[in-house]
Amino acid sequence: MKIRHLLLAAAGIVVGVTGVTEAKRAYADDLFFPVMVYRTGPYAPSGIPIANAIQDFVALINKRDGGIEGNRIVSEECETKYNTKVGVECYEKLKKKHGGAMFVNPNSTGLTYQLIPKAAVDKITILSSGYGRTAAADGRVFPWVFNFPSTYWSQASAFVNYVGQEIGGLDKLSGQHIAHVHHNSAYGKEANPTLQTLSKKYGFKLTLLAVDHPGQEQKATWLQVRRKRPDWVFMSGWGVMNQVAIKEANGIGYPMDKFVGNWWSGSDADVIPAGDGSIGYKSTNMHAAGTNYPVFKDIIKYVYGGDAAKAKANNVGEVLYNRMINTYTFATEAVRDAVKAAGGKRPNGDQVRAAFEGLNMTKERLAARGIGGFTWPLKVSCKNHEGDAPGVFIQQWDGKQWKLISDFIPAMSDVVRPMVEKAAAAYAKENNITPRSC
Amino acid sequence: MFYREAGQFKSSYQADQAIFPIVQDRWFMALVIAVAFVFIPFFADEYWHQAVIIPFLIMSLAAIGLNILTGYAGLVSLGTGAFMAVGGYATYKISTAFPELNIIIVFFLAGGITAAVGMVFGAPSLRIKGFYLAVATLAAQFFILWCFNKVEWFFNYSPSGTITAPPREVFGILISGPEAEPLARYYTCLIFLCVFALAAKNMVRGHVGRSWMAIRDMDIAAEIIGIRPLQTKLSAFGISSFYCGIAGALYVFCWLGSVETEAFDILNVSFPVLFMVIIGGLGSILGSILGAAFVTLLPIFLTNAPPMVGLVIAADLAKHVEEIIFGLLIMFFLIVEPHGLNRLWQIAKEKIRQWPFPY
Repeated sequence: MKIRHLLLAAAGIVVGVTGVTEAKRAYADDLFFPVMVYRTGPYAPSGIPIANAIQDFVALINKRDGGIEGNRIVSEECETKYNTKVGVECYEKLKKKHGGAMFVNPNSTGLTYQLIPKAAVDKITILSSGYGRTAAADGRVFPWVFNFPSTYWSQASAFVNYVGQEIGGLDKLSGQHIAHVHHNSAYGKEANPTLQTLSKKYGFKLTLLAVDHPGQEQKATWLQVRRKRPDWVFMSGWGVMNQVAIKEANGIGYPMDKFVGNWWSGSDADVIPAGDGSIGYKSTNMHAAGTNYPVFKDIIKYVYGGDAAKAKANNVGEVLYNRMINTYTFATEAVRDAVKAAGGKRPNGDQVRAAFEGLNMTKERLAARGIGGFTWPLKVSCKNHEGDAPGVFIQQWDGKQWKLISDFIPAMSDVVRPMVEKAAAAYAKENNITPRSC
Repeated sequence: MFYREAGQFKSSYQADQAIFPIVQDRWFMALVIAVAFVFIPFFADEYWHQAVIIPFLIMSLAAIGLNILTGYAGLVSLGTGAFMAVGGYATYKISTAFPELNIIIVFFLAGGITAAVGMVFGAPSLRIKGFYLAVATLAAQFFILWCFNKVEWFFNYSPSGTITAPPREVFGILISGPEAEPLARYYTCLIFLCVFALAAKNMVRGHVGRSWMAIRDMDIAAEIIGIRPLQTKLSAFGISSFYCGIAGALYVFCWLGSVETEAFDILNVSFPVLFMVIIGGLGSILGSILGAAFVTLLPIFLTNAPPMVGLVIAADLAKHVEEIIFGLLIMFFLIVEPHGLNRLWQIAKEKIRQWPFPY
């Protein structure tokens, strides 16, 4: 009896497994998108919507358009746990699969730091859209790295710009007190130099408060906020740190509309755990939330077979989900240009890099891809890998959804760009890199 | 039948005290070294080097370091990650300050600095033992990492607090930096491991190792027979930290290339190294290497095994399954053989000796 049960179970497993294995289809070439995700560990609240979005977007392009210019996108997930060492193993494992990775999106600033020197040798483009090493915006030193639409530094300066708008002019900043609550890692510290420079320039007081990995323990940090009573709190958090920070801020009665997260600290999973306490919390963003754009209608239609409830359960429309739809729209457009340059075949590393560098996402092109009005148009250039329009939107949580409450707020490029070039030059010197001329 | 020491007569003390007194063992060891130096480089591709073998070699070195302290001298330490960080950051600081200095010399200098730091944090071991010492070394772990994260001088004022290993050559061959061939980095780590494993093996067989073991087994008795606890314990801390420092330097320069303090986190480094030592076998050099193999290679194998046999499972599920199986295997081995993999190896040798007529 028992043996028969076992055999039945084994047969069931075999059938299940063969069912999962994908059938071969006729495509010109495979375009491989390695996907670094973290669906486990303390960063899973941020990692899951990201992972689901990438999966859905690849499925959408394959089902709706038959891939990119007739070439199928093949993707493979690798679980990094947001741990750089595991991430490096993933990168090494995936980079040469299926004819070679088109580009790598590490989904982690720490891992991006790690991969920047390697990718240049392997000739694989790194797309760290809105995160990663800020200095990489200088394309002369970092030809293989792209961080459009805005770096951390641009983002922080745009935040200061926003504060200026709110209080009636940048000249009123002196006497204000801004606290930066940040993850104590390469990622969290990124914004500090900009905030320090701007604090000197505009005369506001700056307090830096570090939160150690993984960010579940923040009592001491918020006790300091309570004692020092800053006028504004800016946060660079990730994963479980965000929801804990919002709960703690709520606990000390900090006014939510003065608490602004960066764009990795403002998704649905961050605000929902604090319940009504998070109403009024703000964050920057590079695109809109919600599903009122054609691309999401297509995702629900092609990927979920019209099942909107199932789509919602898989995070469709959440901020971080939309983030990846945004990023991957830009990325697939770059790959499309590269495929065209390669004559409809799989492009090589140099062609993909050149396509990213020449990427020009106009208003019309965004609309054609179903995200018109969702984000702002931008153009990448050889010298400037951040794009020509760094800046942010500000969004606010109303208890049910995120709403954009501002127009496009530009970064202070006159302050940020010289800092970027200085940091890039220092990197080039330390690593014996001769910058290209653009 | 094949593995017998019968007929092998020793005619000198030297021969009698050899590390491998049995001819078959010597051959076996020569074979292992030949495989490591000749065959693995032939068959390993970049993924194997970068993701599998190099981390294994570096963690073996760290595990030998901790085994000296915990296995031989009986002093529990949770500060391995911090000591490795000292090695890595010291190498970075010295190497960026004096770019002309040969990187191997820099590694040794960094090892020396780590040894000094280790002795400072080991000083309380004269008064406190066991769990209390573990807590004291835990303080070292947190303090040192906090310090590297906070004091900007340690990371040359880079805005993100990340250190990046600059390209460095040995005899004209790049061994660090992104352009360095995986093979060159592999040989660097392998040579370091071989030399240091041999040194450790000889140390623990000699005067120093015996005094460590005496202190471990009963410190009062050891004191009575004339072993000075201060020098002995501090030398254990110093030498152990030296090993960890070199491992940390290789970790940054020959493996990761660019790190922040999170890479030396207690959960990422200190505990796993302690597990390597416990699983491999306390008080055994071979055990350290076997333990490192178990802890670094098994998870990678478990992640890659399902696709190899054609099973397609989601990445997150695979990770969960990997962690469950890994945890179960640790328990299994500790229940089956609490003295670690090294003891299993010895039992296996005993069995081979009696084969095919066990009694």
